[in-house]
Amino acid sequence: MSGADARKALAALVCGVVFGAGLTVSQMVNPDKVIAFLDVTGAWDPSLALVMASALTVAGLTQRLVTRRSAPIFDTSFRLTSRRDIDRHLLVGSALFGMGWGLVGLCPGPALALLGYLDAKAVAFVAAMVAGAAFHRFQLRGGRAATTEPASPHSGQ
Amino acid sequence: MSDFTPYSALLGGALIGAAASLLLLLNGRIAGISGILGGLIPPAAGETAWRLAFLLGLPLGMLALDLGRGVTAVPEIDTSMATTVVGGLLVGYGTSLGGGCTSGHGVCGLARLSLRSLVAVMTFMLAAMVTVYVWR
Repeated sequence: MSGADARKALAALVCGVVFGAGLTVSQMVNPDKVIAFLDVTGAWDPSLALVMASALTVAGLTQRLVTRRSAPIFDTSFRLTSRRDIDRHLLVGSALFGMGWGLVGLCPGPALALLGYLDAKAVAFVAAMVAGAAFHRFQLRGGRAATTEPASPHSGQ
Repeated sequence: MSDFTPYSALLGGALIGAAASLLLLLNGRIAGISGILGGLIPPAAGETAWRLAFLLGLPLGMLALDLGRGVTAVPEIDTSMATTVVGGLLVGYGTSLGGGCTSGHGVCGLARLSLRSLVAVMTFMLAAMVTVYVWR
């Protein structure tokens, strides 16, 4: 691994730890807490709305300062998505994601955070998540092995 | 309202937002979990180490915090194994197709005032709420 890759990896590790801590403090890692937020017609717990609002505010305020720089600290350029379109993939994909999230009360970050406890269902969820994503990648390649990399649906990431 | 926890919500959210901005400042990347994971499927040269490191940080952060607070109770996933797997498939496929999740679209996309992300967030929120209403 090059020095540049090692620095980026260490930086990413620190960010992941802070992110994981945030998920834990906010209880996004607790399916019951998530379901209680999504259960708008039941005993509604709006906590997660506050989590999103807080995260948005901090990210929104600081990202302006960050992107004023010409480049990030450990890389040569910012990789921000340039996509602005709203197509049926966005709509269908988001709907399917929402269905999965509502079913189990877990989205990608919390599911990965829970892996630390080696819970069987968390492992199964993450494995299924990877399988689902891999299947979509496979579809992008036209359903067969390709020699070129397909364009990432998370363009820029 | 039941079990409303505003302070931990605000603090936790702030940490999430800070982590996202830090990743942007240090590595110039969007902290969208499904995107970071997706970039490993398949792995590409120069793109693997930082992704693995970030994703590894997530359980480490949780364990560190729980250890620090003396929390030993693991959050329970109370759905059946079958439902859990179906949910995982939907989340994995849907976030790949839709190009993001709660962190990618919800935090980072909305922070950048992206209309595309707003539509995504509204769609997955609605889908999730309807699913909870129907399923539970």
